[in-house]
Amino acid sequence: MAGLLLSSTEKVFIIHGVQDDYRSDGRSNIDYRPMELETDVVSHASGSSRLRLANTDILVGVKTEIDVPKPDKPGLGKLEFFVDCSANATPEFEGRGGEQLANSISNMLERAYHSPHAFNLKQLCILEGKQCWKLYIDILILECGGNLCDAVSLGVKAALFNTRIPFVKAVLMDGGNVDLQLSDDPYDCKYLDVASGPLLVTLCKIGDKCVVDPSAEEESCSVVSLVVGITGNPKFYVTAEEAKNMPDVELKCSMIGMNGPGSVAPKTFKDAINQGMVAAKCLDKALGQALLRERQENTSFKKHSYGFLK
Amino acid sequence: MPGPDLLSSQGLRLDGRRPNELRRIRCKLGVFTQPDGSAYLEQGNTKVLAAVYGPHQASKSKQLTEGVVVNCQYSMATFSTGERKNRPRGDRKSQEMSLHLRQALAAAIKTELYPRSQIDIYVEVLQADGSAYCACVNVATLALIDAGIPLRAYACACSSSMAWKGGEPEPLVDVSHVEEAAGGVCLTVASLPSTESIALLEMSHRLHMDYFDVVLSRAMQGCRDIEVILDKAVREHLVEGWTKQDVVTI
Repeated sequence: MAGLLLSSTEKVFIIHGVQDDYRSDGRSNIDYRPMELETDVVSHASGSSRLRLANTDILVGVKTEIDVPKPDKPGLGKLEFFVDCSANATPEFEGRGGEQLANSISNMLERAYHSPHAFNLKQLCILEGKQCWKLYIDILILECGGNLCDAVSLGVKAALFNTRIPFVKAVLMDGGNVDLQLSDDPYDCKYLDVASGPLLVTLCKIGDKCVVDPSAEEESCSVVSLVVGITGNPKFYVTAEEAKNMPDVELKCSMIGMNGPGSVAPKTFKDAINQGMVAAKCLDKALGQALLRERQENTSFKKHSYGFLK
Repeated sequence: MPGPDLLSSQGLRLDGRRPNELRRIRCKLGVFTQPDGSAYLEQGNTKVLAAVYGPHQASKSKQLTEGVVVNCQYSMATFSTGERKNRPRGDRKSQEMSLHLRQALAAAIKTELYPRSQIDIYVEVLQADGSAYCACVNVATLALIDAGIPLRAYACACSSSMAWKGGEPEPLVDVSHVEEAAGGVCLTVASLPSTESIALLEMSHRLHMDYFDVVLSRAMQGCRDIEVILDKAVREHLVEGWTKQDVVTI
């Protein structure tokens, strides 16, 4: 956020507000700004989503491909994250300008999705040791209005939730060859189980406390921020009746990272992670409700597609 | 010209259009807040976004004393095509497209008004289903208008191909991906329809010179039709009176 100049009094005002859990735009320390989410926006992709969080605009597309599993993990599929910082967001991203930021975000996602508690790669297996699905998760950053990590992780989870994978019959033939049979019916496919997929929460340290989803003014008062990846709760991604029979799962932290030149005391660190968990839980619940509603509209063909025309 | 049947016996194309019919165009100006101008355009299943930054001061090495530097970048989302693309930009095709975009847009912009300055035009193809270049020129024009940059005229682009109907040549306007892939001729024209001038013309595959005029005139007619649609969108946008850029964010 270049060109934003705050006087020391304004900064003190923001810091005192955060201390009292009441921020300058009326939010509490764990509140997000309003978001817009739409799934199934790109017809060439198996799953897609578009998320707008304040001024941050993210488009995620998931493409599937059949691949050979790694020899040391014969029963698992593959995930690949690719982040593209479009020059539409800022002219600094022109050419290869956005590559560093893109790599840091895709590495963060890779770490967060690496744990088997976060995403079960077994569901991508077609024939053990021979064939598996590889998901390319391509993230396009169209506008940069702060808090990229959170927005990207929400978009990714929504796109994965929207991803349909066709049923494939695999038969082992003579000589170790694999014969794949794909159904002709495009609706003959399954949804992925991404309910436990991680959400990244960025916690910006202001004074001794941390806030989620900082605005540009708040970002300029802070020197260090933590990023925590917290797994989702499968209960939020099924209907209320089904949720009754499901066991309670504890949220797990699948990734922690730090950004910025400052330092954090261990006590603040622990508090921040706990705060991140609370925020992630609220976020996960809201995302689950929105995605279930979208899926229902999709299957009953009632969905009105807005895209960028709204 | 032996080619696959692009026209049915009823004279309809593979996607049900008539030979002189464009795909549905839907567009919107001012989709983003941060760029000086932005626009989104759908031409059938081809969907593109454009952002314009500038005019701003050009770097010493680039600047021209006689006019503005038009800097274009064409990139395609990795999920925009049927097969996944490995790189969104930097390959030969997108570099060529960037050059062609600059050619067409520099003809439309009143470059002499801003010496020693630069205008950045970034185009992002979200979904490619034929005639992506044409959609890019059209959306860039809208973004330039949204940014308030003075233009000589609307720059519109349209493609055309040719099919046979009962032994007679029948040009097709606004070529879709299936028709492109069928391997017939593909003529792309970027023009300033109100001045009837051609800013860029490109043709692939072969075409007998006898038929060149009909194919070209069909593409030019397409450009004029597109200009009407763009003009309507611009007027509606101005009547609406505000864009996201005008909304003050806290």
